[in-house]
Amino acid sequence: MALSNVLQIPTSGFNFENVARNVALESLLEGGHTKTPKPMKTGTTIAGLVCKEGVVLGADTRATSGEVVADKMCAKIHYISPNIYCCGAGTAADTEKTTDLLSSNLTIFSMNSGRNPRVVMAVNILQDMLFRYQGQIGASLILGGVDCNGNHLYTVGPYGSIDNVPYLAMGSGDLAALGILEDRFKPNMEMEEAKELVRDAIHSGIMSDLGSGNNIDICVITKQGVDYIRAYQESEYKDKRQKRYRYGPGTTSILTEKIVPLDLEVVQETVQRMDTA
Amino acid sequence: MERHLMDSKIKGVSTGTTILAVTFNGGVIIGSDSRASIGGYYVSSKTINKLIQVHDRIFCCIAGSLADAQAVTKAAKFQISFHSIQMESPPLVKAAASVLKELCYNNKEELQAGFITAGWDRKKGPQVYTVALGGMLLSQPFTIGGSGSTYIYGYADAKYKPDMSKEECLQFATNALALAMGRDNVSGGVAHLVVITEEGVEHVVIPGDKLPKFHDE
Repeated sequence: MALSNVLQIPTSGFNFENVARNVALESLLEGGHTKTPKPMKTGTTIAGLVCKEGVVLGADTRATSGEVVADKMCAKIHYISPNIYCCGAGTAADTEKTTDLLSSNLTIFSMNSGRNPRVVMAVNILQDMLFRYQGQIGASLILGGVDCNGNHLYTVGPYGSIDNVPYLAMGSGDLAALGILEDRFKPNMEMEEAKELVRDAIHSGIMSDLGSGNNIDICVITKQGVDYIRAYQESEYKDKRQKRYRYGPGTTSILTEKIVPLDLEVVQETVQRMDTA
Repeated sequence: MERHLMDSKIKGVSTGTTILAVTFNGGVIIGSDSRASIGGYYVSSKTINKLIQVHDRIFCCIAGSLADAQAVTKAAKFQISFHSIQMESPPLVKAAASVLKELCYNNKEELQAGFITAGWDRKKGPQVYTVALGGMLLSQPFTIGGSGSTYIYGYADAKYKPDMSKEECLQFATNALALAMGRDNVSGGVAHLVVITEEGVEHVVIPGDKLPKFHDE
């Protein structure tokens, strides 16, 4: 480990140095009564489908850490490029960083080649990376986009398997969402019908799965552009705050006050001139 | 969904499958089912493509871990194209099979995928090669593979004849796939068949309800 005052440029890619340390820590703590915090997972429902004019992606907005909801308005539909978006299920940090890396790579590619990236390219890059990490990166992704070859929807598994499909659901709520999609999906659907179907699929996942909940985000990608509707539908079980929970100074009354002066002895004094000209 | 992954010996999506390849007079037929499963009881795809074209007249079908198989065939496709460009002629089926064998053998600890390579080349005509899990390469007139193949060894051994016609061979392959899909729970979906001859490549898809039915169905 480097000393804190020596600048060390981080090596590229993911760094698994702390895995051994974490394992050792866990065994130490389990012996005691404390537990290490669980990584934040997006126990989630995400879905996507290909319709006549483009691709519709949907996701819930709940992120859990063990049994606690860590984030009620988490954004699970990530930007990859102007024509490609990606929904992520699995470990929140993994999906976030993987999609960020992919997005950066594709931006550089766009600048170098002068072209918008194709969906197959994004899929291939993801596949190569996830396979290289042999499933250690817990990211299950739905990649959707529109390019010169048409409208595409791909699933990318955590071990690096891919499949090109017309409709898809992933995450812990996938079975519920898939039921709705299997029942009502038709090829070449109209846009409004497609949005409603994705909404219903996510809704079903939210109702039937504990790890999914809160609001529904929808992202519509067409040749003309992208419509990212954050909170297409808000949860009807949203709590209304009863009052403002801000406590001004003076709320807690001071009963007693005791001041203890710290007697410090000046041991050494050095003056270093700073050239501020 | 992660609960399914724990039980399976193959991590992630597996093509618990039925694959086969059969030579006939003038060509070769390579076929597979289309089911991908996780953990032995969740079908993650009913329409997965297991017949991967690695060159103009060479196909390869995959069994085992889907991620591993896709990664290996990607690398193999590149190496075979490159080899073909260097040699300035279409690759031999044996060369393509050897590329896959090298990849499987050299990475045998990490990989869990098996392949059947079949195709047509100018030197030896139609051929079938099987590359097993550990990297063994074997040339045979016909071969079956995957978890569903255990149910059709008897049928295949009894019904195969050398030098069949294309129609007879199609019937043989379709029947074999239908019988295996009927008994193996991790094989199913539609039957994909590709007929490779000197003239070209023909893809035949037989949906589940059009498959031949046998006495108890």
